[in-house]
Amino acid sequence: MAQTLQQTPLHDRHVALGARMVPFAGWEMPVQYEGVIPEHRAVRTDAGVFDVSHMGELEVEGPRAHELLQSLLSNDLDKIAPGQAQYTLLTNESGGIIDDLIAYRLGECHYLLIVNASNREADFRWLKEHEIHGSDVRDVSDDHALLAVQGPHAIERLGLEAAKAFTFAEATIDGVETMVNRTGYTGEDGCELLCMAEDAVRLWDGVLARGVVPCGLGARDTLRLEACYPLHGNDITPETDAISAGLGWTCALDKEFTGAETLRRIKAEGPARKLVAFVMEEKAIPRQGMAIEGGGEVTSGSHSPMLEVGIGMGYVPAAQAAPETELTIDVRGKPRKARVVKKPIYKGEG
Amino acid sequence: MAAAETYPDDLRYHEEHDWARVDGDEAVLGITWFAADALGELVHFEPPAAGAAVTKDASYGEVESVKAVSDVVAPLSGEVIAVNQKVVDAPETVNEDPYGEGWLIRIKLADPAEADALLDAEAYKQVLAEQ
Repeated sequence: MAQTLQQTPLHDRHVALGARMVPFAGWEMPVQYEGVIPEHRAVRTDAGVFDVSHMGELEVEGPRAHELLQSLLSNDLDKIAPGQAQYTLLTNESGGIIDDLIAYRLGECHYLLIVNASNREADFRWLKEHEIHGSDVRDVSDDHALLAVQGPHAIERLGLEAAKAFTFAEATIDGVETMVNRTGYTGEDGCELLCMAEDAVRLWDGVLARGVVPCGLGARDTLRLEACYPLHGNDITPETDAISAGLGWTCALDKEFTGAETLRRIKAEGPARKLVAFVMEEKAIPRQGMAIEGGGEVTSGSHSPMLEVGIGMGYVPAAQAAPETELTIDVRGKPRKARVVKKPIYKGEG
Repeated sequence: MAAAETYPDDLRYHEEHDWARVDGDEAVLGITWFAADALGELVHFEPPAAGAAVTKDASYGEVESVKAVSDVVAPLSGEVIAVNQKVVDAPETVNEDPYGEGWLIRIKLADPAEADALLDAEAYKQVLAEQ
């Protein structure tokens, strides 16, 4: 039975712009407008805007909200004050990654979590199951729209002042009240604008009128892959752990949180395999699921619009994880050479 | 820039969105505007080796865009006598000029009569209209 796809408040705007719409995590989303490559380059050289209203927003509030989240999220929320944000993981008992997300500290006892669309329900369920007296968890996703405005000129085009990464503030942009989050998923400067769903069209039109290029999920994926940001469901999953994924820096192993004990052990013993970034040495495009000789597997792969070669990430045995190690990838039966590189694969000018 | 949608009258078409330009006992093969547009900008062409045999209705290579991989189906059988190196080096040539500079391979036909079974431009457009 066909499942009805959800639509963001900007659906009709995307269709009017000639976007190619595709199903993604239960939503009908624009994968591209003009094309993945020109959109990717717009973000690397100027500014692009992505409708990411499919992402989930969960609010956690109450006198014990901080305590609840400290016990469930891997990073240390004591390190951030109201007005600051933090990249963190929701972990299970075996140290696996239920989701990766950004926690925004709205107040001493009030957090907003922006989570992956595909994990919104799992995250909400997990938080509800672990809720304690004095903490209230609410799914407020449907109230909001989220626009990611990214690129070296994004902030200037929006008429905003520069601000530190992982901070946020309220601002009125083109008459719309927004929460301006200095976060993103492209490796470029920029921000993510959270507004009420009913204001989304006005904000979108205003941002486009400022000369920002509409960009689809296709470019979002190639941008994040060049920047080596993991994609949950591909590179990190409930079966993979943060240490093997190179996300040990998001885990405050000196505090107690779900799975911390397992993660301490993996860290002490050293992970058996590691998530590495690689660049193809031969003409070929790696894809998710391809085998890497020696027991590894590609978890994300595509063509780099900036480097114009195949790039990817994947898990390899720890002995193959050092930069410059040569890998052989099975590209539909043909062995193709790749080389492990330091992350990120491509670093923006800004 | 991507080309505008066209299906030239002098070509023969295969319903898997491939074309052939028959020239005596040889033919030049490529993919149609529809196929190139559906894939998006091409970033890789995996060609067959020169001398390889290609078989009508079977895959002889792959084209890839950022998001997708697609087999390229041979509209006619024969032996590969040339691969378009320009497309190997700059696959987006196919989007820019699918029936000209963006040809993929040239073959020596095994059986020129096979071409009689292919679609003309009008019949191929009908296939597209029914999709």
